[in-house]
Amino acid sequence: MSRRVFIGVFDNEEDTMGAVQASRARGLKVIDVYAPYAVHGLDRAMGLEPSKIPWVCFALGVAGAAFKVWFEYWTTAVDWPINVGGKPWNSLPAFVPVTFEVMVLCAGVSTVIALLIASRLWPGKRPELLVPGVTDNRFAVLLEESDATFDKERVTEMFEDFNVLYTEERAESEQEVR
Amino acid sequence: MSEVMSALRRPWIQGQKSITQVTNDVFAPMERRPGAAWWAAFLVSFGVMSAGFTAIAYEVSTGIGTWGLNRTVGWAFDITNFVFWIGIGHAGTLISAILFLFRQKWRTSVNRSAEAMTLFAVMCAGLFPLIHMGRPWLAHWMFPYPNTRGSLWINFRSPLVWDFFAISTYFTISLMFWYVGLIPDLATIRDRAQSRLRRKLAGIFALGWNASYRTWQRYEIVYLLLAGLGTPLVISVHTIVSWDFATAVLPGWHATIFPPYFVAGAIFSGLAMVLTLMLVARKVMHLEDYITVRHVETMCKLIIATGGIVALSYMTEFFTAMYSGNRYEMFVFWNRALGPFAWAYWTMVTCNVVSPQLLWIRKVRTNLVAVFFLSIVINVGMWFERFVIIVTSLHRDFLPANWWTYKPTIIEVTTLLGSFGLFFTAFLLFCRFLPVIAVAEVKGVVGGRPHEGRRLEHEAERPRLVEIPVEGVQA
Repeated sequence: MSRRVFIGVFDNEEDTMGAVQASRARGLKVIDVYAPYAVHGLDRAMGLEPSKIPWVCFALGVAGAAFKVWFEYWTTAVDWPINVGGKPWNSLPAFVPVTFEVMVLCAGVSTVIALLIASRLWPGKRPELLVPGVTDNRFAVLLEESDATFDKERVTEMFEDFNVLYTEERAESEQEVR
Repeated sequence: MSEVMSALRRPWIQGQKSITQVTNDVFAPMERRPGAAWWAAFLVSFGVMSAGFTAIAYEVSTGIGTWGLNRTVGWAFDITNFVFWIGIGHAGTLISAILFLFRQKWRTSVNRSAEAMTLFAVMCAGLFPLIHMGRPWLAHWMFPYPNTRGSLWINFRSPLVWDFFAISTYFTISLMFWYVGLIPDLATIRDRAQSRLRRKLAGIFALGWNASYRTWQRYEIVYLLLAGLGTPLVISVHTIVSWDFATAVLPGWHATIFPPYFVAGAIFSGLAMVLTLMLVARKVMHLEDYITVRHVETMCKLIIATGGIVALSYMTEFFTAMYSGNRYEMFVFWNRALGPFAWAYWTMVTCNVVSPQLLWIRKVRTNLVAVFFLSIVINVGMWFERFVIIVTSLHRDFLPANWWTYKPTIIEVTTLLGSFGLFFTAFLLFCRFLPVIAVAEVKGVVGGRPHEGRRLEHEAERPRLVEIPVEGVQA
C-alpha cells in the first residue's frame, strides 16, 4: 500500500518548528520530522507521545537487582556456604555494592537495546534518508497527503512563510515511510 | 539538547557558527591527512606502549618477583596506577553525565573527548589488576560461573570482587554512553564520506540512523536515562575502589572518609587530565572557537572546587588520626609527613593543595600555558596521593621488626610508562578517526540561539526600498 507524502525542507530549527506548528494547527498529519540534532520542544510541537523506554529501564533494573540479590544469597548461603572471617552466611549488607552495579548494568544495557529495537536500528542497516543533508544541515518535515482536502498550493504557501528551501511530493510505500 | 537562549547570554561557541560550519570545522582534522605532529606523537606513544607491553610480557613470563614488592609492602605500584587511572576516567563521566543532568551546555564541546578519555583510562586501569594476578589467563575466575571446582563461587563479601563488578560495569556503561552519543555523528560521517571504506565502516556503526525525530525523541530519553544511571555509578565506582583500602583494618586505610575523599580526588585528577588533552587538541586541531578560554576557565573552577574537597580531606584525615588517641593511627600519619616518604607526601601536598590555589587568579586561569602546566602538576600530585596512601601505610606496620621500604624496579616503571603510551596511542587514534566534538550536540547549542548573523543575511537578500523625498529636484 502506498501513500502520497509531501516534504518541506528547511535550513534552521525555528522555521522547522514554525512549519510543524502551523501544519498541526491546520489539522495536517505530520508523519515525521528529520533533523540533524534533537530540536528542543519539537516532540511537543509534533504531538508525540512520551517514550515508554523509561519503563524498560526501570523494570530491567529492578529485575537485575532482584536476581543478583537472590544469586548472592544462593551462592554464599545455600549452594556452598564458606566461612569468611566469621561473617554470617547471608551477609546482606555486603551484597549491596554488587547488587547496585548489576542493577545499573541491566538497566543501562536494556535501555540501549530497547532504543535499538524501538527505532529499528541495527549494525549495517541501509539508511533511508528522506532528503540529502538531514544528518548535516537540513531539516525536513514530512506530511501525509491524507485525503482530497490536502491542498498542495496552500501548504506550499504556508511553508514559504517559513522560508522553505524546496518542497517535494512523493508516493512512498508504508515500508519506506516508517 | 538545544534550547532557546537569551540573546543577552554570551554564547559558548565563538564565531557565529552556522550548523554547516560546525560539521565542517570538527570534521576537517579527520578528513585531511594527519600532519607531522600527529605522526611524531603517535610514534612516541606507540613506542612507549610497546616498551610497556614488553615489560608486562617479561613480568608475566618470569613472575611477580620482578617487581619491587616485599613481605611488608605487598601492594604498591600496580594498585597505585590502577587507582590513578580509574580516577582519571571519572572526569569524563562527570562531564558527560553529571553536567548533563545539571544542564551545563558548555559540556557539549568537551564531552566526546572526555568520554573517550574515560574509556582509555579504564582500559589502562584494568591492565594492572590483570597483570597483578600473576596468572592473567585465570582472570575469568573473577566471574561467578558454574565451574568444575565443585562450583566454587566467588566471595561476594570481598571488596576486590565488588571492584571487579564496579569496573566492568563502569566500562560497559561508559562505552555505551559514548557510542550512543556517537551514532548521529557517525551517520554524518557516513553521509559526507568521500571514500568508500569510510562510508562503509561509518555505515555499519551508524546503525542506519536517518535523523528521524521519532528516533531522536527516544534517543534523548535514553541519553537522559544513561546520564541518570552514570551519575550514581561513577560515585559508586570510586567508593568501591576506596573500600579496597577502607575495609582493611590497617591504620591509614581504615577510615570512613575514604569514599568521598576518593571520589573528589578522582574527579579532580580527571579534570586536570581533560585540560591537558584539550589544551593540546584545540590548538593542534584548530578548535579554538569550540573549546574556548571560557571552557578552560569553567573547568579550572571545577578543579578549585574538587581540589578544595581533596585538601579538606587531607586535613580531616590528619586531624582524625591525631584525635583518635590510637597510637598506630597517629604514628602512620606522623610517619607520612616526616618519615622516609616525606618527600612523596609533601610533593602531594604541594601539587594538590597549593598549586590549584593559583587558579583563583583570573590571569592564571586564562593563561593557557599556565593552566597546561598546572594540569600536569595536578596529575603528578594525584599519582603521588595514591602512592602515599598505599606505600606509607604499609611500609612501617605494627612490628618494627617488619619495617621495610619500597623501591620500584625498572619493570614497574616501564609498565607505568607503558600505560601512558597505551592511553595516548588510543587517544591519538580517536582524534584521527572520530569527531572529537559531539557535533550533533554542539549544533543544538548553536542552532538554538537567535541568529543575528542569519537575520541580517535575509534582510540583505531583500533590500527594502525606502523612498527618500528629495527636495529641490523638481525645482
